[in-house]
Amino acid sequence: MTSSRLTAGPQGALRAVSNSAKGPEFETTDAALTVSFAGIGRTFPGERGQGRSVLRDISLDVKAGEVLAILGTSGCGKSTLLRIAGGLDSATTGDILIDGRPVTPFDARTAVGFQEPRLLPWRSVADNVALGLVRGTPKTEGAARVANLIDLVGLGAFAGHRPRQISGGMAQRASLARALARNPGVLLLDEPFGALDALTRLKMQDLLLDVHAAAPTTVLLVTHDVDEALQLADRIILLGRKDGEEGSSIAQEIVVPGHRPRDRGSAELAELRGRLLAGLGIDRHGEARGVEKTTAMPTFPY
Amino acid sequence: MTHTDKLTTADEVRAGVASSAGLSSEQPVAVRARPSVAARTEASARREDSARGRVPLTRRTWFVIVGGSLLPLLLLAIWQAVTALGLVSASQLPSPASVWTAGVDLLQRGLLGQYAAISTQRVLIGFAIGALLGLILGAIVGLSRLADILIAPTLGAIRAVPSLAWIPLLILWLKIGEESKITLIAIGAFFPVYTTVSAALRHVDRQLVEAGRAFGYNGVRLFSTVQLPAVLPSVVSGLRLALAQSWLFLVAAELIASSMGLGFLLIDSQNNGRIDRIILAIILLAVLGKVTDSLVGLFERWVNKRWS
Repeated sequence: MTSSRLTAGPQGALRAVSNSAKGPEFETTDAALTVSFAGIGRTFPGERGQGRSVLRDISLDVKAGEVLAILGTSGCGKSTLLRIAGGLDSATTGDILIDGRPVTPFDARTAVGFQEPRLLPWRSVADNVALGLVRGTPKTEGAARVANLIDLVGLGAFAGHRPRQISGGMAQRASLARALARNPGVLLLDEPFGALDALTRLKMQDLLLDVHAAAPTTVLLVTHDVDEALQLADRIILLGRKDGEEGSSIAQEIVVPGHRPRDRGSAELAELRGRLLAGLGIDRHGEARGVEKTTAMPTFPY
Repeated sequence: MTHTDKLTTADEVRAGVASSAGLSSEQPVAVRARPSVAARTEASARREDSARGRVPLTRRTWFVIVGGSLLPLLLLAIWQAVTALGLVSASQLPSPASVWTAGVDLLQRGLLGQYAAISTQRVLIGFAIGALLGLILGAIVGLSRLADILIAPTLGAIRAVPSLAWIPLLILWLKIGEESKITLIAIGAFFPVYTTVSAALRHVDRQLVEAGRAFGYNGVRLFSTVQLPAVLPSVVSGLRLALAQSWLFLVAAELIASSMGLGFLLIDSQNNGRIDRIILAIILLAVLGKVTDSLVGLFERWVNKRWS
C-alpha cells in the first residue's frame, strides 16, 4: 500500500529526477541501503584520562528501506549513534557497515537532517537546498531537482527567500529537502522536528511519510517523542543504561504493527506507547483496559 | 485532591489567588506602566510608523547629512569668531580665510594636488599590500590550529612594536624612497585585517561548518562556501580599521623622511613657521580619511546586507 494522500505529480516527478540525476561517475544511490552495527561502543575522553562511556555493545541490522526510530532519554547517546552512522563521528569499538562496506568520514551515501535547520543565512532557500546536491550534478538537472524538492516540502512560494525570512517549520522543511537532494541511500534524521510546535510537528511527520513513500530510502530517526516513533517507524529501538553499567545499550526493541500512515488514535499503539514510556522511566499512571496485549496486525516486513 | 484542584471557574481561581496574596478581590489596583513597558510601547509606535510607510526623521537622508555637518559648521563659526575678535594672536591661530588663502596659493603652485595625490597613492598601495597579506595570514592562522601555535605568538609580538620604531630600520634597509613608506603603511594595514580575520574564522558557527562537511564540502570549497561568507562582514570591518590605520602610519612615515606629501607639508610648515599650512594639512588629512572611510563604509553596508 502506498500513501493514498500523495498526488501522483510530485511522486512521479521526484522519481524521474532521481533517476536522471544518477550519473555513472558519482556514487549516488537510488536504492535504499542496509546499515549494520556490530558491537558499536563510543567512549569520550574525559578529565584526568578517565573516559566517559556513552554507548556500548550496539549490534543491529537495519534492512534496506526500513524506518528505524532510535528512542532514548536525553544524553543517552542516541545522537552519537546517528553521527557514527553518518561518519560525523567514529566509534571507539565495533564496526559499522553501510551496504556491506565500512562507513567513511562524512559518508556520501548518507544525508543528515540536523536538529537545527543549519541553513546558510546568506543563501536563498533554493540555494541552500542545492547545497545538498551530489557534486558534479549537471546544472539544469540540479536546478530541476531542487525545484521539485522545494515543491514537495511545500516551499514553492519561498524558494527565493532567505532563511531568516521564513518560519522555523519552513526552515526545517528546507533542511529536509537539502538532505533529500543527494538522494541518500540512508537518511539520518536527528530529532528533526524536535524544535517545532506540536501541530507543525504532526504535519512534518506526514510530510516525511509522503517523501518516504515517493522515494523509499532507509531512514534512521533519532527522537525523544514516543508518538513520533510509533507514527513513523517500522521498528523502534530504545537506548538505555543498565544498572551498574556505564554507557547505553539497546534496552528494548519493538516492531511496530500496522501499515503507515497509522491511526494516531489507535488503542494498540497506545499500549505500545505505555510500554515505551515505561522504558524511558515515565510512569503511565494507569493500566490498559480491554486491549489485547498480543497483536493481529501484520509487522514489517509485510 | 488538593485545595487548588477544587477551584474550577476562572472567577474562583482569581478570588483564590487574590485572597492568598492578601488582597481584597473587590478592590481594583492601580497599575503604573513600568519603564520597560513604556519603552516597549515607544518601540511599537516606531514599528507602526514604519508599517505605514512613514520614515522617522533620523532615518531620512537629508537629515543625516545636515545633522552630521552641524558640528563642523559650528566649530568653523567659533574659529572665525575667535580670530575676528582677536582673542588669540594670528601667529597662534590664523583665521579660516588665511588658511583658505594658503590652500589656494599651494593649489595654484600645483603643490597641494601633488601632495594629496602622493599621500593617497601611498595609502592605497600600502593598504592593498597589507590588507592582502593580512587576509592570507589571518585565514591560515584562523583555519589551522598548527599555524595558530607556530605563527600567532610571533605576529602578536611584531604587532606590539610601535609604528615609529620601524622607521629607522626601514630607512636603513629600504632607503628614503617610496618602498620604506609603503612598507610601513602595509605593516599598519596588516594587523587589523589579520586580527579580525583570524578571530572571526575561529568563531564561525561549528554547526554550519559541520553541515557543510556532511554535504561533501571540504578544503577550498568548504572555505569559499561556508567559512568565507560567514566572516565577510568581519573582514570588511577589519578593512575599515586597516584603512584608518594606514593614514596614521602614512603621516608617521612622511613626518620623518619625505620630500612631498601631506606629512612633508606638516613638517616643512613647522620648520618655516607656516601655521596656516599646518592647519590646512590637518584639515586635508581629516577630509581624505573621512572620505575613504565613508567609501569603505558604503561597501560594508552592502556586504552586511548581502552576506548576513
